[in-house]
Amino acid sequence: MRHPEPETPGPGTEAVPAIEVLSAEKTYPNGTQALLPVDLKIEEGEFITLLGPSGCGKSTLLKMVAGLLAPSDGRLLLWRKPVDRLSETGRKMAFVFQSPTLMPWASVQTNVRLPLDLAGVPRAKADARVADALALVGLSKFAGALPRALSGGMQMRVSIARGLVVQPDLLLMDEPFGALDEITRHKLDADLLDLWRRKKLTVIFVTHSIHEAVFLSSRVIMMAARPGRVVETFRIDAPYPRTADFMVSPEFAHYARQLQHSLLQASASTEEVSP
Amino acid sequence: MSPSATPARPTPWLARPQVQRVVYPLLVGLVLVAIWQGLVTGLELPPYLVPSPALMVKTLFTDWAALGLALWVTVKITLLAFVAATVTGVLISFLFVQSKGIETALFPYAVLLQVTPIVAVAPLIIIWVKDPVASMVICAALVALFPIISNTTLGLRSVEPDLLSYFKLNRASRTQVLVRLRIPSALPYFFGGLRISSGLSLIGAVVAEFVAGTGGSGAGLAYQILQAGFQLNIPRMFAALLLISLTGVALFVLMAWLSRLALGSWHASENTHD
Repeated sequence: MRHPEPETPGPGTEAVPAIEVLSAEKTYPNGTQALLPVDLKIEEGEFITLLGPSGCGKSTLLKMVAGLLAPSDGRLLLWRKPVDRLSETGRKMAFVFQSPTLMPWASVQTNVRLPLDLAGVPRAKADARVADALALVGLSKFAGALPRALSGGMQMRVSIARGLVVQPDLLLMDEPFGALDEITRHKLDADLLDLWRRKKLTVIFVTHSIHEAVFLSSRVIMMAARPGRVVETFRIDAPYPRTADFMVSPEFAHYARQLQHSLLQASASTEEVSP
Repeated sequence: MSPSATPARPTPWLARPQVQRVVYPLLVGLVLVAIWQGLVTGLELPPYLVPSPALMVKTLFTDWAALGLALWVTVKITLLAFVAATVTGVLISFLFVQSKGIETALFPYAVLLQVTPIVAVAPLIIIWVKDPVASMVICAALVALFPIISNTTLGLRSVEPDLLSYFKLNRASRTQVLVRLRIPSALPYFFGGLRISSGLSLIGAVVAEFVAGTGGSGAGLAYQILQAGFQLNIPRMFAALLLISLTGVALFVLMAWLSRLALGSWHASENTHD
């Protein structure tokens, strides 16, 4: 169940990995170590969760994968190419932020169409894809609404639709449901899993919720803070599709306990000063 | 936005907020005018000290030939200055947000422009610029310029950081970021600046007229006030003052209306109906 880091590829694995993080680290000029060197390999179609407390560098790692932050040392490859040359691989990436980050002055439809507009996709073709994306997140009826007319959960769905509209291969999500109530969050988690399976996406999902991590992931990357670092990797072998029944199964509790234990251990080694 | 359930009984006329917004201040105005009229009549104050409101309105009509022409001159200068300040201010803001270096280098001069009293600069401008109308427009525009620059610059910079990151992730060009993100984000700030500047344009125009002291066909309301003062024609002075105030109010209302038109559907500042 536990895998030592870094993973060594078996002799038969010739498939190009979706993401390779090669000793990437982030140290800010003022000396703050946001993330110690990380080695990580993610295969196509995996659902990866970066799990850890605040300040463990999980968002930093995700933003480095997206190319929003440059590593201070080391490299990150997407389909064997540096992030800024992703287009050469023919693959697409979408990023979903912690907040919906919608344009308040634009309708849901215009918001979802934004990445296509920026890329210069013709209007008619773009509108068809926007309709598809909105249907995927169940918001077809709200295409003309302004974001402020929607609930927090619906705004987050719009944000996800905006990610899906580019037909991504890789979906990066930075604590996307952190601000939502638990019921909405469970619903969106289930919908996300469904999308992931249907669209054969590769997902990296940042969260600080152990339950969310166990429920969603095929693999959990456990991280710890001060300094930010990867501690352990867990494979969650429960079969998909996972339903609400999975959440109350002994298996789920077992995984959750394991993660909890690891998290406490990792925190104990560094957090003697905090309350 | 969303069609709320229509109430069985329509709201009483006076309970509607949009009616109250007009009626309440109007009532206060009527009471004040009544008190004023009462005091003037009751204490038998001579019109060369304080004219009654009735006399003021009467003078407005009898002297309309001179006052109407002056009003047109002042309104013209105000509007020209307002437009000039808006266009210049927006262009300068665009320049400022291109790089922090440009802003750092030039912003102190924008402040200098703002803090130097226009009364002190106006005589110079009037000497340098031959055309009296042009010189007064420049003076008024200088007064109105700063709020546009500072508000629009602030607005263009006040972009939600994650949304900007999203644009960068999608390899948006500078122009795309400006047109699709910065300009819409700046609109609430820009309209705030317009509201302040519309009033300042009028103040600038009146001050410039005072300093220029142009008579004849180019005489504005400020000149009428000056002249009426020399002639102790106090009712005419009050009538001209009333016209200036009404012009300012009209400009403010116009700006509020424009702002509502542009932002009403999405920005919290214009959301008065919840």
